[in-house]
Amino acid sequence: MRYSLLNVVVNGLTGNRFAKPAWRDPAPKPAYDVIIVGGGGHGLATAYYLAKVHGIRNVAVLEKGYIGSGNAGRNTTIIRSNYLLPGNEPFYEWSMKLWEGLEQDLNYNVMVSQRGIVNLYHSDAQRDAYARRGNAMRLAGVDAELLDRATLKAMIPFLDYDNARFPIHGGLMQRRAGTARHDAVVWGYARAADALGVDIIQNCEVTGFSRAADGRVTGVETTRGAIAGGKIGLAVAGSTSRLGKMLGLRLPIESVPLQAFVSEGLKPLIPGVITFGMGHFYISQSDKGGLVFGGDIDAYNSYAQRGNLPVVEDVCEGGMALMPMIGRLRMLRQWAGLCDMTMDGSPIIDTGPYPGLYLNTGWNYGGFKATPASGWCFAHTIATDAPHAFNAEMRLDRFRTGRLIDEKGAGATPVLH
Amino acid sequence: MLITCPYCGARDAHEFTYLGDAELIDRPDPAGPEAEAAFHAHVYLRDNPAGPHRELWYHGSGCRQWLTVTRDTRTHAIASVVAAARPEVAR
Ligand SMILES: Cc1cc2nc3c(=O)[nH]c(=O)nc-3n(C[C@H](O)[C@H](O)[C@H](O)COP(=O)(O)OP(=O)(O)OC[C@H]3O[C@@H](n4cnc5c(N)ncnc54)[C@H](O)[C@@H]3O)c2cc1C
Ligand SMILES: [Zn+2]
Repeated sequence: MRYSLLNVVVNGLTGNRFAKPAWRDPAPKPAYDVIIVGGGGHGLATAYYLAKVHGIRNVAVLEKGYIGSGNAGRNTTIIRSNYLLPGNEPFYEWSMKLWEGLEQDLNYNVMVSQRGIVNLYHSDAQRDAYARRGNAMRLAGVDAELLDRATLKAMIPFLDYDNARFPIHGGLMQRRAGTARHDAVVWGYARAADALGVDIIQNCEVTGFSRAADGRVTGVETTRGAIAGGKIGLAVAGSTSRLGKMLGLRLPIESVPLQAFVSEGLKPLIPGVITFGMGHFYISQSDKGGLVFGGDIDAYNSYAQRGNLPVVEDVCEGGMALMPMIGRLRMLRQWAGLCDMTMDGSPIIDTGPYPGLYLNTGWNYGGFKATPASGWCFAHTIATDAPHAFNAEMRLDRFRTGRLIDEKGAGATPVLH
Repeated sequence: MLITCPYCGARDAHEFTYLGDAELIDRPDPAGPEAEAAFHAHVYLRDNPAGPHRELWYHGSGCRQWLTVTRDTRTHAIASVVAAARPEVAR
């Protein structure tokens, strides 16, 4: 069923009595051409583009819980393409272009809101670094503006511009950046993939793999039985090392928690996304009015999907330093997700390392914005057995060959990226 | 998360800095056979287990000693904390 204004009105007036589920709930078939493990945004987007762009429709997405129960439903929804390096920036810009047309493409309101992002700077050196980043973005055809203090003050008057330690001198702005509704992105891709014939199978945890004598990965064992697959793609974000272990793989990944926070609802206050990197704090306001904010990762390995109090304290201190007016605000909710941190802070979308296997991982704390391009490129990589130009550098063997994509130059210390 | 330092007692995780898997102490021999592959694994590859994990923590706001902590990454429960075997290389 195509969604339209008429559809909303009719279903609204009839109490949704005639509304249909947005996707089927099929039992797994014995075999598929392609199996995608992981029903987050990336897995579902991959299935959608496999069906839509490559005509591969005999596809299953296997999700151990419900779709969007991982990071896809836990993130702070920021989308942007303000990267520095050539291995990253064209990929993220392609993602931004896909975001810009996503609602029409999926026939689903994913609430893309290009409200802009500002990265604040506090010193001449940091201004120069942002000027360099902005210039790199513009060379890649992406919008970037360096704003001075007066311009910023007119736009966002409520910051503490004269903070003793980090006075605000200006910011790097990407106006086309913004936010999208994370759950809707999951549901929109699921519905559109389902309509093209993709089976979305929830409560189906992959517990092992079947292998041929030559090492080829030929299928998966799951809590709902064995399923054969011509090609098998992993898109399980923070759980990649766990599945890798079942395949005898050690990966350049550490799984760490990232926390997020939401305040009580307020009238419209914050126009876009503001990042205060020096204070480990970033913030935006949801359409419901709550302030959505976060900061650093909890810097230790964890699969617990919860963080610890030192980071809560650190994030709130950052918030108070940046905008003291939020001091009386009550925090409503706080949670954490499971980030797949790589050794250079950049993702991996690649074939192999065994025949029949494809890897999509390493999204660190920033893979929500990548969802459309990740699905697009992973589908291409699976369908054609070669990376797309946009993920040509995002190879697994770059850690062996030295072709790292290290935006921060932090080296092989994942908790510093 | 409280870490019970063998020198200082139970202290808030805030006082500690995390380095990573305790195997990082065992730096490969650069003159050994297959040194390139060994360094690739040492620098970049990790078990990253869901379960017990032996890991290095530095008690920077306390005794300033390197510690080997065995912690379950699914629950954050800490099974043991001992002084790192070779603190001079646990940097
Ligand atoms: C608090 C927080 C804030 C963030 N903020 C942002 C942000 O503002 N902007 C941004 O760009 N990014 C952000 N991110 C990062 C982003 O959310 C992730 O990088 C991205 O969602 C990862 O891709 P995914 O959606 O496919 O992952 P997930 O949604 O985690 O999908 C992986 C799925 O695999 C499933 N799975 C795992 N093991 C198995 C198995 N054995 N069998 C079957 N299924 C399995 C999981 O249940 C899960 O549903 C944030 C992350 C967190 C935690
Ligand atoms: Zn101590």
